[in-house]
Amino acid sequence: MRLRQGQFSFLPDLTDDQIREQAQYAIDNGWAVSVEYTDDPHPRNSYWDMWCRPMFDNPDAAALVFEVNECRKEHGGKYIRVIAFDSSHGWESIRMSFIVNRPADEPGFRLVRQEVDGRSIRYTIESYAVREPEGRRYA
Amino acid sequence: MNAETELTGKARYSAGVLKYAQMGYWDGDYEPKDTDIIALFRITPQDGVDEIEAAAAVAGESSTATWTVVWTDRLTACDKYRAKAYRVDPVPNSPGEFFAYIAYDLDLFEGGSIANLTASIIGNVFGFKPLKALRLEDMRLPVAYVKTFQGPATGIVVERERLNVYGRPLLGATVKPKLGLSGRNYGRVVYEALQGGLDFTKDDENINSQPFMHWRDRFLYCMEAVNRASAATGEVKGTYLNITAATMEDMYERAEFAKSLGSVIVMIDLVIGYTAIQSMAKWARANDMILHLHRAGHSTYTRQRSHGVSFRVIAKWMRLAGVDHLHAGTVVGKLEGDPATTKGYYDIFREEYNPMALENGIFFDQDWASLNKMMPVASGGIHAGQMHQLIHYLGEDVVLQFGGGTIGHPDGIAAGATANRVALESMVFARNAGRDIWNEGPDILRAAAKSCSPLERALETWKDVSFNYTSTDAPDFAPTPEVAM
Repeated sequence: MRLRQGQFSFLPDLTDDQIREQAQYAIDNGWAVSVEYTDDPHPRNSYWDMWCRPMFDNPDAAALVFEVNECRKEHGGKYIRVIAFDSSHGWESIRMSFIVNRPADEPGFRLVRQEVDGRSIRYTIESYAVREPEGRRYA
Repeated sequence: MNAETELTGKARYSAGVLKYAQMGYWDGDYEPKDTDIIALFRITPQDGVDEIEAAAAVAGESSTATWTVVWTDRLTACDKYRAKAYRVDPVPNSPGEFFAYIAYDLDLFEGGSIANLTASIIGNVFGFKPLKALRLEDMRLPVAYVKTFQGPATGIVVERERLNVYGRPLLGATVKPKLGLSGRNYGRVVYEALQGGLDFTKDDENINSQPFMHWRDRFLYCMEAVNRASAATGEVKGTYLNITAATMEDMYERAEFAKSLGSVIVMIDLVIGYTAIQSMAKWARANDMILHLHRAGHSTYTRQRSHGVSFRVIAKWMRLAGVDHLHAGTVVGKLEGDPATTKGYYDIFREEYNPMALENGIFFDQDWASLNKMMPVASGGIHAGQMHQLIHYLGEDVVLQFGGGTIGHPDGIAAGATANRVALESMVFARNAGRDIWNEGPDILRAAAKSCSPLERALETWKDVSFNYTSTDAPDFAPTPEVAM
């Protein structure tokens, strides 16, 4: 399975040069770029771990690519994403989000059905990886 | 006697019939207050009816007047309560038509009620005999009034946060055929489309609870499909469960069931009426639900330029009423939509402040006072090969809905969905990387199709499909060069 979160998960994996181009687009729009990683890719896991603080004053996307590669050194077996944050009034949230690193093997998600009243079902989605404790998932 | 002269005292209140302008519904010197609601009507007076008297009549009939003088006006602060027509301009290139500006005091309206607003502004006056035709073109809603409304239950920003989708248009498809599928078959379409790459699927406007598929069956099978697709992709998925029904009690029952099954979104039709829409918006806010509105029926009164209500006004009312999604045209698809006019609609949905833009049909500055933004939905005869045009015209905060363009794919529904998603991602990617997508769009799509056979088949199948017809609702004012969109 291929995790489809993020803006570009249906495209081939991005090269460092492509990551730089996309991050530069964000910076040129006045958005702060940052790097986050996780070994819990549940679609409602809002808070991936922050590799660095959002780069509020960074004009050059090369610095972002540097941090992506630093993060890969430590968390290369996990998911890593680049986020662009827009602080303008009326938005004050994320503008871009794309995955830049994946585990070699993506086992995907288990769908648990709890049969309740009538024919209703309560659904739970759980990543197979999170059956292991943090730090021991994905190899 | 000059029809424009207002009478006062005894002359004004003697029993009998006066011209509306004489009764005080015309005041060419009036300066609207910041708290006034202003309506702009396109009026077509009957032959021989003076345009100022016609405008005054509209002001009168949409506020305090009746056909004859009544002494009971003198028991009220009647000068304040009379709407005032204060400006009449000929419509460019349209002999016999005039734009009439009418100001209404805020105290004429109950806060937070679209039903009350519309009962005045479009209540009696549209059948008024001295006019051949009447169209409500635009409204200026003062901040003091805007603040009495809830506004969109969720809004674009929080919708994106809930869906975990940023930086690209959302993708959807309406399940087809719109009528006849059983619940189990219907859910199959939903599953295929969502796991193939769409964010949303959608019930059509007239899917409610018919003999071929009762509503509970649809909800149960659809939610199985949504959750299967979510597990298959690791994304939040949704399907607009249409809860439109005969009574509010039925709608609440359906909404509660959708919530109990874990749906992120429900859907209503415009034909349920303004009060029902506001009730469902309130319910959606209280239940963390995104509320989709299908504008079923609107073209009966929005499409013709001479008579009815412009869709830009409906869009303003719906942003006040509190829906999250509303269809707003595609420009390039099969349904009515002039580019400049459509841009005006999208700005009303998505901006915090709309400056006057006559070339887009927007007649007033409008401050939205931090009301949430509505997500426009583009649907009707669009396909992957138009992706560059869609992003060019409609931008990023929009749901692009490819119904036939997904389900009609020669290799199946999932392939259709994948084709659309790959086309979308590659176009956004190229735009961000600095490519000129308007001119290079077809090349970008062909390049993406080299590693995506579903996209290749889609481009081949629909390569020549376009809908180029003259629009019936274009702006009256020529665009200035810098706003060509």
